[in-house]
Amino acid sequence: MNNRLIQKIREQERSQSKLFCAYLTLGYPNLSTTETLISAFEQAGVDIVELGFPFSDPLADGPTIQFASAQAIRRGVGIRDAFHLIRKLRRKGVSIPILFFSYLNPIMHYGVSRAVRQLHQSGFDGLIVPDLPPEEGRMWESWFKRSDLSIVYLVAPTTRQDRIKEIARHSNGFIYYVSLKGVTGARSSIPTDLVKKIKAVKQLTRKRVLVGFGVSRPDQVKTITRVADGIIVGSAIVERLKGGRKGIRSAISLVAQLSKAAKRAQ
Amino acid sequence: MKTIREAKKWKGKPDASGHFGIFGGRFVPETLMEALNELTRAYQSLRKDKRFQKELEYLLATYAGRPTSLYEAQNMGRALGRDLRIFFKREDLCHTGAHKINNTIGQGLLARYLGKKRIIAETGAGQHGVAAATTARLFNLSCDVYMGAQDIERQALNVYKMNLLGARVIPVYSGSQTLKDATNEAIRDWVTNVETTHYLLGSVVGPHPYPMIVRDFQSVIGRETKVQMKKMVHALPDVMIACVGGGSNAIGFFYPFLDTRAKLIGVEASGKGLKTRQHAASLTKGTIGVLHGMKSFVLQDRNGQVELAHSISAGLDYPSVGPEHAFLKEAGRIRYETASDRDALLGFHALTLLEGIMPALEPAHAIGYLIRKYKSFPRGAKIAVCLSGRGDKDLDTVRRYQKTKR
Repeated sequence: MNNRLIQKIREQERSQSKLFCAYLTLGYPNLSTTETLISAFEQAGVDIVELGFPFSDPLADGPTIQFASAQAIRRGVGIRDAFHLIRKLRRKGVSIPILFFSYLNPIMHYGVSRAVRQLHQSGFDGLIVPDLPPEEGRMWESWFKRSDLSIVYLVAPTTRQDRIKEIARHSNGFIYYVSLKGVTGARSSIPTDLVKKIKAVKQLTRKRVLVGFGVSRPDQVKTITRVADGIIVGSAIVERLKGGRKGIRSAISLVAQLSKAAKRAQ
Repeated sequence: MKTIREAKKWKGKPDASGHFGIFGGRFVPETLMEALNELTRAYQSLRKDKRFQKELEYLLATYAGRPTSLYEAQNMGRALGRDLRIFFKREDLCHTGAHKINNTIGQGLLARYLGKKRIIAETGAGQHGVAAATTARLFNLSCDVYMGAQDIERQALNVYKMNLLGARVIPVYSGSQTLKDATNEAIRDWVTNVETTHYLLGSVVGPHPYPMIVRDFQSVIGRETKVQMKKMVHALPDVMIACVGGGSNAIGFFYPFLDTRAKLIGVEASGKGLKTRQHAASLTKGTIGVLHGMKSFVLQDRNGQVELAHSISAGLDYPSVGPEHAFLKEAGRIRYETASDRDALLGFHALTLLEGIMPALEPAHAIGYLIRKYKSFPRGAKIAVCLSGRGDKDLDTVRRYQKTKR
């Protein structure tokens, strides 16, 4: 086993420090920026990178990631670009855990078995598929395992207790807790009962719980990581990339700031 | 002839997990799973509930205008020759002008039993939107309809109708600004307001239990046809033809006949031609994929991005198709053919001139196919066609097309 995500989680269990996971849309604003950013994120204190493959119909995403996806698709980004990019980064010595985030259709179109094999070979450590609940994912779990890829399932505020336990059992590495009822995208405030909800989830499982959707500010990160094991930020980072070269610097500084906030929470 | 056991294989789907063979299922964000479970449980108990069924029947009869008639088109039969007998199931006579109301009344009742005060719907041409807005008045629910910005421009009259009915029409600017994106946006709304809102999906698509629920509500079309055929000609149809976009009128028409000898033909829109990219023939040209929460055939490019569909009729303009159709195609029970924009116009004008009935451009595809292929049917065959809606909404399109032709 040389799954970097699992290693990272083990380290975290020992040190009890909080995990900061940053999301990027592959190929937005272009592939070389994605490459630059992943390296820079590793330096800036990011623990896990979630690399989003653009899809034409991103059901779970708000306007920011919809826009980034549409731009990347227009540039003709394909699943092979994800493989090439990560292989290149691994050769350069980037050792941060990287998860492949994609809706199911592009993976299925490429062929699940082929995709899984190549994700592993190119240096990915796991996948997050927002429209794949464990019921439908079960048939592929042995393939993920064989290729040493963690499948991270999501838990929502509407998920019932018995189901949370079931999802936790099937989820590898950590559980992705969706902070709110809605789509991705920065919000000015976090739901008032979020801390209570995270505590409830933590009581049902020993798996690590990372919280995403709607988080964009250091104070939000601090509040959440007081109870959660980590935080996932996407839209706020992607939004900054709209600003060209300046945007890249600003995204990196946001990531450094949020990561610091997460680590300071305890 | 197929055996009874095979017939049973066709019916009684989906299985407990919502699959039709390898198709269907539930591919949605986790937030919706509880709502889908709740909806499934409620529906399973209501489908057996006599009071619910009585109420539904009553509303279909007194409000929607059911049963709709079955009409033998003798002029068209004579014009085609070969002693063909052609019957039209007149869903165009339903309140709001199409079969869509069968489903919206059923789901409106469901929403009331679920205690939801708000419904949302997606619409392309606006037919389902109008039916949903109408049903919202009937049950006193608030109603928001998602509609692609492009479609809003193309279907101004239906937008106005929805407004008059007190519904809010929300323009969708994302993606292609058509039905596909309106559906995405409706699902996103549902994810956000899942506890107060019922998503009134308009076709046999989407995650389980929608393909099953909508099929059941639309099956009234086929059940009536069966009774009416027996009464009129003491026989069941030899051939049945219906147009397929998402596929709700077709499944409703065919489902009660799956275990009969009737030859079933679904007609998809081949738009400007199957060799162009401007068509909507997901079953004929699509590949297996996942869209809007279901596994089915999808029109997509080499990177697995969903492509735009095209058809002269906005109601067929959808890049995927109901999972039960995918299953019945693979099982070999239903044959899927195509008709082009031109075939549809031919069908439109033929029915208008021969019978004085203006069909919507969707069922005009089924008629166009029949006219083009009438020689392939056995002499004296009894052919039933589902006339899923009336043509008023399409008159602008027809006129525009005639102008450009000249």
